[in-house]
Amino acid sequence: MKYFTRLRVRRVYEWRGKPLSFNRKLKTYEYGSLAISVEGLPRTTVIKTGQHILIEGEDEDSPYVAKVIRLFGDESGKQKKAVVQWFVRVSEVPLSKRKLLGREPHAQEIFYYQGRSCDDEVDAGSILKPVQVTHLTGEAPFPDSGDGDTLYVKLSWDSKTFRVLDSALVHSELAPALSPPPCPKPSLPPSPPCSPPAAAPTSRGATWRALPTPDLDVMRRAAQGEVRPSRATVSAGKAFAAEAESLHSVTKLSASKCLSAKRRNNSARTPGVRKKLELSNSEKKSMISEDILSQLLDEELEGKSAVRRLSDSPPQVLSFPHSLTPIRKPHKAPGALGTFPLRPSSIVLHKVSLSEGNSPPSPARHDSRRATTPSQKKEPKTPKEPALGVLAEVDNEDSPMLPVAVTPRSSKRKSAQLVSSRIRKQLNLLDNLQDLNSDGEDEEEFVPSKKELQSSSEEEEEEAGLDSDEEVVFKKGRYPAAGSRTPQSKQRTRSSSRTPRKTPNKKVTPGTPRTPHRAVPNIPSRSLPARQPANVLEEARTRLHVSSVPESLPCREQEFQDIYSFVESKIADGTGGCMYISGVPGTGKTATVQEVMRCLQHAADVDEIPPFHFIEVNGMKMTDPHQAYVQILQKLTGQKATADHAAALLEKRFGNPAPRKETTVLLVDELDLLWTRKQNVMYNLFDWPTRRHARLVVLTIANTMDLPERIMINRVASRLGLTRMSFQPYSFKQLQQIIMSRLNKVKAFEKDALQLVSRKVAALSGDARRCLDICRRATEICEHSAADPSTTGLVGMSHVMEALNEMFSSAYITAIKCASLQEQLFLRAVIAEFRRLGLEEATFQQVFVQHQALCRVEGLQPISVSEGLAVCQRLGACRLLLLEPSRLGVLQRVRLNVSQDDVLYALKAD
Amino acid sequence: MSKRKMENTRLPVGECISQVQEMLRERLCHQQLPDRPEGVEAQHKHLLELLKRTAVHGESNSVLIVGPRGAGKTMLLKCVLRDLQEEKEAQKNLLQVHLNGLLQTDDRIALKEITRQLHLENAVGDKVFGSFAENLAFLLEALKKGDRSSSRPALFVLDEFDLFAHHKNQTLLYNLLDVSQSAQAPIAVVGLTCRLDVLELLEKRVKSRFSHRQIHLLSNPTFSQYLQRVRTQLSLPDHFPDRKFALDWNASVETLCEDKSVEDALRRHFNSSKDFRSMHMLLMLCLSRVSVAKPGIKPADLVEASRMSFADAKANMLHGLSILELCLIIAMKHLNDVYEGEPFNLQMVHNGLRAPAAARAHPTGRQLFGQNSEGIPADETHAGPQSDHGGPAEVPTMPHGRQAVGHVGVRLAVCKRLDFTWTFVCCVLCPARQ
Repeated sequence: MKYFTRLRVRRVYEWRGKPLSFNRKLKTYEYGSLAISVEGLPRTTVIKTGQHILIEGEDEDSPYVAKVIRLFGDESGKQKKAVVQWFVRVSEVPLSKRKLLGREPHAQEIFYYQGRSCDDEVDAGSILKPVQVTHLTGEAPFPDSGDGDTLYVKLSWDSKTFRVLDSALVHSELAPALSPPPCPKPSLPPSPPCSPPAAAPTSRGATWRALPTPDLDVMRRAAQGEVRPSRATVSAGKAFAAEAESLHSVTKLSASKCLSAKRRNNSARTPGVRKKLELSNSEKKSMISEDILSQLLDEELEGKSAVRRLSDSPPQVLSFPHSLTPIRKPHKAPGALGTFPLRPSSIVLHKVSLSEGNSPPSPARHDSRRATTPSQKKEPKTPKEPALGVLAEVDNEDSPMLPVAVTPRSSKRKSAQLVSSRIRKQLNLLDNLQDLNSDGEDEEEFVPSKKELQSSSEEEEEEAGLDSDEEVVFKKGRYPAAGSRTPQSKQRTRSSSRTPRKTPNKKVTPGTPRTPHRAVPNIPSRSLPARQPANVLEEARTRLHVSSVPESLPCREQEFQDIYSFVESKIADGTGGCMYISGVPGTGKTATVQEVMRCLQHAADVDEIPPFHFIEVNGMKMTDPHQAYVQILQKLTGQKATADHAAALLEKRFGNPAPRKETTVLLVDELDLLWTRKQNVMYNLFDWPTRRHARLVVLTIANTMDLPERIMINRVASRLGLTRMSFQPYSFKQLQQIIMSRLNKVKAFEKDALQLVSRKVAALSGDARRCLDICRRATEICEHSAADPSTTGLVGMSHVMEALNEMFSSAYITAIKCASLQEQLFLRAVIAEFRRLGLEEATFQQVFVQHQALCRVEGLQPISVSEGLAVCQRLGACRLLLLEPSRLGVLQRVRLNVSQDDVLYALKAD
Repeated sequence: MSKRKMENTRLPVGECISQVQEMLRERLCHQQLPDRPEGVEAQHKHLLELLKRTAVHGESNSVLIVGPRGAGKTMLLKCVLRDLQEEKEAQKNLLQVHLNGLLQTDDRIALKEITRQLHLENAVGDKVFGSFAENLAFLLEALKKGDRSSSRPALFVLDEFDLFAHHKNQTLLYNLLDVSQSAQAPIAVVGLTCRLDVLELLEKRVKSRFSHRQIHLLSNPTFSQYLQRVRTQLSLPDHFPDRKFALDWNASVETLCEDKSVEDALRRHFNSSKDFRSMHMLLMLCLSRVSVAKPGIKPADLVEASRMSFADAKANMLHGLSILELCLIIAMKHLNDVYEGEPFNLQMVHNGLRAPAAARAHPTGRQLFGQNSEGIPADETHAGPQSDHGGPAEVPTMPHGRQAVGHVGVRLAVCKRLDFTWTFVCCVLCPARQ
């Protein structure tokens, strides 16, 4: 079993049949169908035009849904392409647009995609498997049978609005897809399906739903859909049919045996999931609910008809003999069961039959443990975080939207569905970071909410008797508090102490790294509201604070325009590019880029340009250059990964042709800090935009103009390209304009005062931040002197002068003036010794001799060596002197840190 | 009434003395903040206004308090915080984070400490903190979530601010100052440092984000202010239990300060260093001499304390040396003169001892030190270096030994250069004695 789960899937794609037509111009052959077979396994899947398929998503965990329109390849047969019509999942609709739907999206709902930003040509190699898609009319309710594998289309989505899908058009389009019977459920064996485990088949839906979690193992297993019956659900019931067929032949077995066998299959297939389910639901297994029964019966009938119809439904062509024989055989000769090691299901069956004999009351559970161990052991080895793997299980178990709700708890199903949908909604609201990718359905999203989900599910189980409405209310009330206190941990302990049977749950969680940043970090909110500015000066101060976002960015119109047109053209073309922006600090580089992004976002909202992602990383806000990968990945997809893994994922994302990708705009602030010895971080950042399918625009910001020449090796600098922009320091007029626009008619400054500040700052650095800070300080000084009746209440020249003096004057001279007599004498001695030696450096010993002489001249008692050293150290601590380490004693060398003139000036002024 | 009487009742002298000791020690050892900061009222007002604006209006700020060691930077900040806490609005809101550059030696430790002091670790339950990167992201996110009007303002006090500037990339400073300059949670960053050139330590992008507010604590008290300060530090307050004793004590302090010798001693201290901490140390020494037998500080006490605090540590070491060790030092002095400060080895010193000239000098030295080793006046020993450079003419009568002693500091340094320790010298030379 474990060998299968570990196996890397290598799928082989082959055309079936002769090419239908040949396009001379493009030299392409059109085909009618494509066969996908997994290496080493005999079964193949056939994809035909008109069929709905799942296509590899960019992060493996969310396969895209699409319909095949054309299949074609080139002459050599190496390139296989498919033209598809896309469907979007709810999770792919931007969060902000989801509310346009006006209702809760169904978990299995997809939308007919009519946008234009997507490439409809995909590589055939990215096709995973066929999928069942049903079109529903606008009013028709979603069937809540809990089929996990059927997707429903009701509306179309053109990246702005949802529209009712033209049913005529779609029906004609969907017709080929509908021709296979919608038989997602396997039929049960004819034996009475009334035993408790009858719920098991439906839980297959659950295992399928678990697929999209970013667990590699699960994904791989998913990819093996044809091989492994549990995965076969995704291939529209083909494998189920096969299995049903096999089970037909086992009617001789008692009903319970048969069903437990089926369950065994399930648990063995997705061991982790199954185990969880059983452990947590074990008590309730005995519950039999009427509706399950009836449902199952229905499904059984359906399934049977499906089997019958299978033979004549072309898209569902299957190689029955291969899949059926091994299963059938064991039933004929149960003793020989173990002789088919390649068939996981048969092994499991064998085990069941053995264990049944030993412990009839709980054969399934007993066995499930054994069966699951291998995969459990393996979980930590998976390259992704084990938490995610575990999460898949938890999700499965918990989220009642998933078909698992049909398991014995199904009497509660609807209420539970409601609860969980509400939970998801809440979580979505809580999560600010996710923008486009987030949705209740999006499995990455579950990472943060895992604890909550889990605890809530535990609680759900605990309070099984509780009225569902009450439960909803209870949960709703709980979440808002999540920020400040720690409900999760409290709850966990509570529930675990109350219900010892849930220990397995608990055991799993401590091992998973609980991501701290997901714990809703928050500065507690203040108990009293912040006071609003009361007078003109306070108002001015608030407006002058660097943090206040100005209405516009004056004096950077040209730069704004350049960046805007650069990014806009890239987004519109769907290409990538790099831009390097330099300028001294405080010249508005980051502010301008962010303003550009705000404008572009607005333009995208009103659909002037295609939608795009905007991601921002700052070299200073990470601890290591390689953390850039982690941050980019996290902001892009919400995934957490180690630096190496994140780099690999990003490489894959930007390197591989992925259908339907939006342009990503990446802002890298403080680029120079991403420097590493091999410069691989910078290399990658600039290399990705050059890839054909990347659609990545990288804007980099740094202080130095010649950074590419100075620190980058050739191959990095060359990739960065020559699109550069340099922000010149502000001139005094610009600074004045900036302050004026910030003040925005608040009359607080005299005109001359403003001019003085801006001229002074422009002459020194041209740093707008400095300018604003000085103005702010000037308002404070003005406020202090406001008691003086002669002032006009405006900030005048004198105030500004005072502020400028405070900020620009060096403290050295004051410090020397304030020094004690001996310290001043020592400084004099230093200068005297320097003059004597003709050097700018002397040992303490030499200076001390001078000092003693000066003491005598001044008529003071000469000081001791210790005292002299202490004086010297004090001057060194202020950095008036530069000293060698004090352990050198009298031999330490002394230098002046201020100019001799300054010292003499300060001493003379005494 | 009875209480009043109690106050006026005479306590036994021992009781009074212990009360005085307790009260003054508290004052001198900085356990008790003064009611109002002296000499730095303007700075106090400035800082108080600034922090109040953060606490009340939610305005982010950054400020540096710069002043030499012992100038009262921490005292000023503590006074301001105490005054701030008196205001109800500020008290309820302000979160405080105190960091010290000597304790938080890198950003990782500093981040953990910040998280702990902000009580953010509650949000992660019992989670032991993950990686440094996670930690940083966590904190930044926390600060980013806040906004000016709704989150509680946080005050970050960075003691020994200059040491934070030595952290890698100045990540912590950049991020704190960046938050203080952007529309995130309101914070005030207060740095305390004694380095005047601290701004030059900051990277330019960090520097640009700093508001350039500096509060300099460079007070320039005159000697009379200094004397007044001594007086106030020593005098007892009115609420001292034994009124009579307090009056006596204060009168004695008054006479003490008027004494000429005391004034000289204090002036010498004043000339050496104006900071109050060294004065407190001096007064502490005097206070320790107060006992039941001697209830009051006498001028002699203060002079003695002054002498102790000015004593040359190197000269003191000579008192404990044996004759032979002194001889060795004399020999080293000779060698130092001969080789003009160049290093020499033990063999040379040993030879120098045996040399005829040194042998003659030896008994002389012994004689000399045999008589005078008790109390070599400090000022006389300091004549040594003077003679060295000013030429022998100035101190022609100074015998060899004296000169050598004056140069002990130099000799010791030479020894250190030779990697000798005193014990090593003595051990090696033990056979030579026989």
